[in-house]
Amino acid sequence: MKKLLNFIKSKEPKKGTLGHTLYDGFFTFLYAPNEVTGSKGVHIRDRMDLKRTMVTVVLALQFCYLLGTYNIGHQHFVALGMYESFFEGFHLKIAFGLTKILPLFIWTHVVGLGIEFYFAWKKGHAIEEGFLVSGALIPLIMPPDLPIWILCLAVGFAVFLGKEAFGGTGMNIWNVALLARAFVFFAYPTTISGDQVWIAGFDQILPGAATDYGWWQTSFFNTIFGWFDWAQFDSTAVIVDGFTGATPLSLAYEGGWSAVTDVYSSSQMLWGALPGSVGETSKPLIILGAIILLASKIGSWRIMFSGLVGAVVMSLVFNAWGATPFMEVPWYNQFLMGSFWFAIVFMATDPVTATATNYGKFIYGFLIGMIGMIIRIINPAYPEGWMLAILLLNTFAPLIDHYVVLGNIKKRLKRA
Amino acid sequence: MKVLSASSKFLPFIFRTLFFIVLSTGLAFGQSGGEGNMVTIGVILILGVLVLGAVAVVGNSMVQVLSVKTGVDIGSTSDEEGTGANIHVLKKGTDIKLKGESHQEIEDVFTSRYAVQPFNFNNIAPIPKLVVEEGDEVLAGQALFFDKKHPDVFFVSPVSGEVVEINRGLKRAIDQVVILADKEISYKDLNSPDVETADREEIRTFLKENGGWPLFMQRPYNILPDNDEEPRDIFISGFDTSPLAGDSSVAIDGRFDAIQKGIQVLNKLTDGSVFMSLDGRKESSFPVELEELSGVEKHYFDGPHPAGNVGVQIHHIKPIKQGDIVWTIGLQELITLGNMFLKNQYDATRIINVCGPSAQRPRYIRTFLGADLSELVKQELEDEKIRVISGNVLCGDKKEGNAFLDFYSTQVTCISEGNDYEMFGWLIPQSFRPTVSPTFPNFALKEMAYDVDTNTHGEKRAFVVSGQYEELLPVDTFPQHLFKAIITRDIDRMEGLGIYELVEEDVALCEFACTSKQPLQKLLREGLDFMLVEA
Repeated sequence: MKKLLNFIKSKEPKKGTLGHTLYDGFFTFLYAPNEVTGSKGVHIRDRMDLKRTMVTVVLALQFCYLLGTYNIGHQHFVALGMYESFFEGFHLKIAFGLTKILPLFIWTHVVGLGIEFYFAWKKGHAIEEGFLVSGALIPLIMPPDLPIWILCLAVGFAVFLGKEAFGGTGMNIWNVALLARAFVFFAYPTTISGDQVWIAGFDQILPGAATDYGWWQTSFFNTIFGWFDWAQFDSTAVIVDGFTGATPLSLAYEGGWSAVTDVYSSSQMLWGALPGSVGETSKPLIILGAIILLASKIGSWRIMFSGLVGAVVMSLVFNAWGATPFMEVPWYNQFLMGSFWFAIVFMATDPVTATATNYGKFIYGFLIGMIGMIIRIINPAYPEGWMLAILLLNTFAPLIDHYVVLGNIKKRLKRA
Repeated sequence: MKVLSASSKFLPFIFRTLFFIVLSTGLAFGQSGGEGNMVTIGVILILGVLVLGAVAVVGNSMVQVLSVKTGVDIGSTSDEEGTGANIHVLKKGTDIKLKGESHQEIEDVFTSRYAVQPFNFNNIAPIPKLVVEEGDEVLAGQALFFDKKHPDVFFVSPVSGEVVEINRGLKRAIDQVVILADKEISYKDLNSPDVETADREEIRTFLKENGGWPLFMQRPYNILPDNDEEPRDIFISGFDTSPLAGDSSVAIDGRFDAIQKGIQVLNKLTDGSVFMSLDGRKESSFPVELEELSGVEKHYFDGPHPAGNVGVQIHHIKPIKQGDIVWTIGLQELITLGNMFLKNQYDATRIINVCGPSAQRPRYIRTFLGADLSELVKQELEDEKIRVISGNVLCGDKKEGNAFLDFYSTQVTCISEGNDYEMFGWLIPQSFRPTVSPTFPNFALKEMAYDVDTNTHGEKRAFVVSGQYEELLPVDTFPQHLFKAIITRDIDRMEGLGIYELVEEDVALCEFACTSKQPLQKLLREGLDFMLVEA
């Protein structure tokens, strides 16, 4: 072990070079540094550091990755009318999912970490861990078939203008992952909205449309599966008749809850075997992640709890109003559709962009719940509001904090 | 007591709300059911209960917010003045349990050299004016130097003997005035005034001339008391909750008559009250004599560290407002003060708690102020792998080489240096360390005593995590916003968020836990120094 350390140490590049920044970034991952506390101040420190904080969040996201990857494949074959039972064609669905999720994941990190490394080098500080979580979140909130160049542009925009321009990890105003998604949403709307984009592997979602397989499916995986005599990707398959690929939200917008249940069952919506962004579909697995975040005290229960309350209150208000079919969807069914859970558990709780005070967190979460529900139900262009609600409240978080802090200051003055 | 009732009112409220939500969800699904998706409903219900249960468990911390808030109210609206029992229950904070606790018996160790170190006192000029020279013979209680900012305040020798060294540091600042002690200590006769009849000015002048003044600390800023200011109140913490602090009754060592005399003096020095806080924790006992002291308003504090910090206690008893000046004094300093009037001599006896996982023999030592650490903890000081700290692990000072006990510290802690690399140390730690994070399995072992080292366990980062300091500081403020105000030198915010109520030791626990490894004590001192000059 000592030898390994010495070997790695001997490879250390000169300080001040990009190589040293990179080396330092990876070395501190491999070894906790030998830094000691100063002669004044605390002499012992908690083992908890930012790396561990971030990695805990990434671990909590892994359930979403597992199911999300599989679900990309599952939705693809459901559209083809093949292997319609969830566990049929397991190897094909996994393989197809991987061919979609891995490019998203890898390119997100290449672009995002590249920018991080560059800025760490230029500013002469250590590489900060903030992008670990952003990088894990971004592939989960994109449509599986998003063109890679759009993804790279979006990640570049979010990390460069959304984060580094403000001073790096801990200084950004808006959630980096959501900023990347918002970029795609406003710059290339057709790639991220409508019914066409949520199912991967087709040029367009129309009955009779052919699959769009590449080298990975037809050559790589088909060869491997051929060795084992397993079922292979079938390039001649076409989308079955009557398939629309509509998401529950767009169905509900058109025809209310009954239109949704015509296509999807409740348990399908709960477990997430339906089209959508990669990581948002399965509610129980997101809640499992939420439990990890809550038990480790890394995610704020205040934001999650008040967000839930805010969304419930707003959907009850819409239930009472009842002007459109969507408004009449029973409030509890709103939580089976869309990406509320993913947004409130993983996006809203980002400690940098959320409010920092405990009272502020209640207000922040509650408003996210309310505004997200308003956008979902009233906005005809895009029936999902969490991204916009969270970005909006990110903007107002410092204001909320300001007034909470002012309250404390006033209380202290009153004591005088 | 009021605190308890407030929190017990609040918990059922959470659970009732949760129960209502679960029930209504269940009912709603029951109505919509009928398609045979009872399984789904069941799963949703179970998951719902799980999530809400988790919320409820973590929700306990909300009770802490409330209790602390109410704690403040008790302090400021208390109608039980004087001898009434004032109980403050603090929920925030945490106890750090370390190995190497001292045994109860006290050993007499008379080291040959003692030192008074000007850098122990905040806000005095770096080069004090010496009134002795190397080679002079001094008595215990005889003046050694005075501060140019406070020319009538003298700092005195803790023992009798010969001034052997005057060590100078950077820019010729005086670091240490070292005295080679006589075998038998001879004391200067102080001619102390009669406390009963003397007026305040007489006592103040006496204290300034005879080394009694530096025994006090003035808040805000934790500095030597100003020459011409009178304290609103005087606060004494009767116990210490910091890591390995040990038992205050050992430190008092039966010297209750001196404490009582000291309190009598304190009452002469202020128009306000003298407050003493006593250990209200269930598992601990304190000498009954402390309860019988007169002339002092007693408050009981129950809670984890930093409940024993006098700053936290002041916040809950009678907070420092803008423009207020209060004094604090430690128990052992109070004994010295009392003896100045009781025995007519400057008796600088200190009971020192030598402790820590790396201490060869953890024990209590009876010695004098400023004792030579190279005699007290010789082996530990020479070992490069061990760090010797004058004070506790949270806010003491690292000592090396020619080292003496600091003026206000009654504890010497020895821990190992942690200048090693640890493979994947941040992910899969190879040893247990004290922690406030539930991501470590040993978080649940509340009674475990730990070995520790000085490794930072991570690198400094910007503030990322929020709400962490609030859990560890039982003071009604927003620490992270306060620190940001300090960094930006925002005077109004610093004042508004109560920088006057805090000193380094109060935020030490936050610094220990800080995920971003920020140097909070250093920041706070920068802020205090800035305010001292600007405001």
